[in-house]
Amino acid sequence: MSEITERSPQAVSPLGGQPAGRAPSPLRGLMRLLARQREATVFVVAVVLLLYFGIKYNSTFVSQTNLANLLSETAAPIIIIGIGEVFLLICGEIDLSAGFVYTFAPFLMHYLIDFYHVPALLAIIISLLFGLVVGTLNGFLTVTMGLPSFITTLGTGFILLGLTDTTSHAYPAIIPKSAVSYGQWIGAAPWSQFIWAIALTAIFWVVLNRTKWGLHTIATGGNQLGAREAGIKTGRIKYGNFMLTSTLGALVGLQVAFYVHTIDPSAGGFQPMFYAVTAAVIGGTAMLGGQGTILGAFLGAIVLATLLDGLNVAGVSANPLDIVLGAAILIAMIVNVRLARLRAAGRN
Amino acid sequence: MTAEPVPGAGATASADPSGDVLRVEHINKRFGAVTALHDVNLHLGQGEVLGLLGDNGAGKSTLIKIMCGFQPPTSGRIILEGQEITLKSVDDARSLGIDTVYQDLALINELTVYHNMFLNRERTRWSLLSNRSMRRTAQEQLDRVGVSIPSVDSEVAKLSGGQRQAIAVARAVTSDAKVLLLDEPLAAMGAKEGAMILELVKDLKSQGQVSIIMIMHNYGQALEICDRINLLQHGEITFDRLSKDTSVQELNDIVIEEYRKALLERRQQEQNSA
Repeated sequence: MSEITERSPQAVSPLGGQPAGRAPSPLRGLMRLLARQREATVFVVAVVLLLYFGIKYNSTFVSQTNLANLLSETAAPIIIIGIGEVFLLICGEIDLSAGFVYTFAPFLMHYLIDFYHVPALLAIIISLLFGLVVGTLNGFLTVTMGLPSFITTLGTGFILLGLTDTTSHAYPAIIPKSAVSYGQWIGAAPWSQFIWAIALTAIFWVVLNRTKWGLHTIATGGNQLGAREAGIKTGRIKYGNFMLTSTLGALVGLQVAFYVHTIDPSAGGFQPMFYAVTAAVIGGTAMLGGQGTILGAFLGAIVLATLLDGLNVAGVSANPLDIVLGAAILIAMIVNVRLARLRAAGRN
Repeated sequence: MTAEPVPGAGATASADPSGDVLRVEHINKRFGAVTALHDVNLHLGQGEVLGLLGDNGAGKSTLIKIMCGFQPPTSGRIILEGQEITLKSVDDARSLGIDTVYQDLALINELTVYHNMFLNRERTRWSLLSNRSMRRTAQEQLDRVGVSIPSVDSEVAKLSGGQRQAIAVARAVTSDAKVLLLDEPLAAMGAKEGAMILELVKDLKSQGQVSIIMIMHNYGQALEICDRINLLQHGEITFDRLSKDTSVQELNDIVIEEYRKALLERRQQEQNSA
């Protein structure tokens, strides 16, 4: 097979065309890293933003309360739902309903304990498992009935919203007394949500990068027919990832309810879900499937949370904040797309 | 189709009195009102390379997909080494030793070469992927079949068409396959890359371990590489001859005859409607 010549991998410069072996300047090294590592861009953006707000608004931004606020209250829900969305986006789907499972799950816990006298721990577990039910329904409608997941999860999301508002009469509820003691573990303590976020990021990084499930998720999104021809049950992969995302949505709903000591029918909804999708995409996950990174979504969520929190600390009022946020998302994406092209150029 | 094994038939290659590794008998395949395959009978000898030729839409890919377990036949039997088998899935076929290289190659661009080579038969340890072991074996297997690529760590997207085809073939042959099904391995390939694949198939043939059915388009290449030629026309096998007993000219004539007939029918229809 002499037709294919041996090429040493080192000879292929990631930026293409440049001769290897020249003394690397720090800038070139940085460029090379940015071009090679998908998460590197968003990592740099996160660090720059944290430094900017940290130096400029030193005492307020770096305070323990504000950092807990930024990482635990703002970033953690985005990270945790973002993990699920990364798995779904990689296998070519999306879940718009995750934020409504978030809304409904704590109400379900409240109904079970206060109206049906279910023991608190069991009620919490059932509320989490409710995520599996919604995920199964999303999987059934998408995989088995063949609807696009955008529509499926839009529909189930609205149903959950209506279910929440109908059963709660759109009034908030308080956390049942018997459940309060479990709340510390789930999300009530100042840092617990962020600790959950870190732990789940680590676990699902391993699942995506080091297990068959992760590999088959990538294969399903990268080349669904090819994956099926290789014998991979792509439907099962999608079912599983819908169930994962909905369950993570339920977990976040319970966490937030315990954190604010209130079960709020206006919590959750589209916003945390869209933040999660945004974090995933800023972090380098492709909307078209086949590619994605858990670490990128984690960092993307930190970027979003830093912007939300930092601009707040800087005194930007809520209304123009969204303008800045939208612009920041677009700029981050433009940088990502440019670097992706550089990466692609480095291939050939 | 029943899965009843034929009494007394063993699992060895010599179990079939005819010496065939694979036989398909009276295979029919209908998609609704359309008959894709009609009473197809085909046999493949041990170590033989069989060329499956035919026009677009003649049913070649459908036949391959039935033999590899991707879809079931409407009726008919598949006999592997003298024993009737039922293929419910691609995994079924693979575990019995029938491996396939699809026309679209079934490679995942986003994954590395070695992950592609172990796709859906990954090695794991405590449910974690044994990447090091898979990488090493993939490299050994590629070396053995004589395919050289920059690195088994590179993403498949970075490879040329010929390299991708070679990896798909290497993946299939290194899985201890008894029967290898190649769906147009030379499609959309330059002369140089095509030569590499033909070389690879010749090497396999000379080793004699695996029997091969190849869908081909180029009669010259088919006669060069294949021991025997089957021609599939309108879902039926219409021609079965050893390569040495036929010629490009003869195969061409058959196909031209088919065109002539089709043209004649069209003209008659036009006259009828006029």
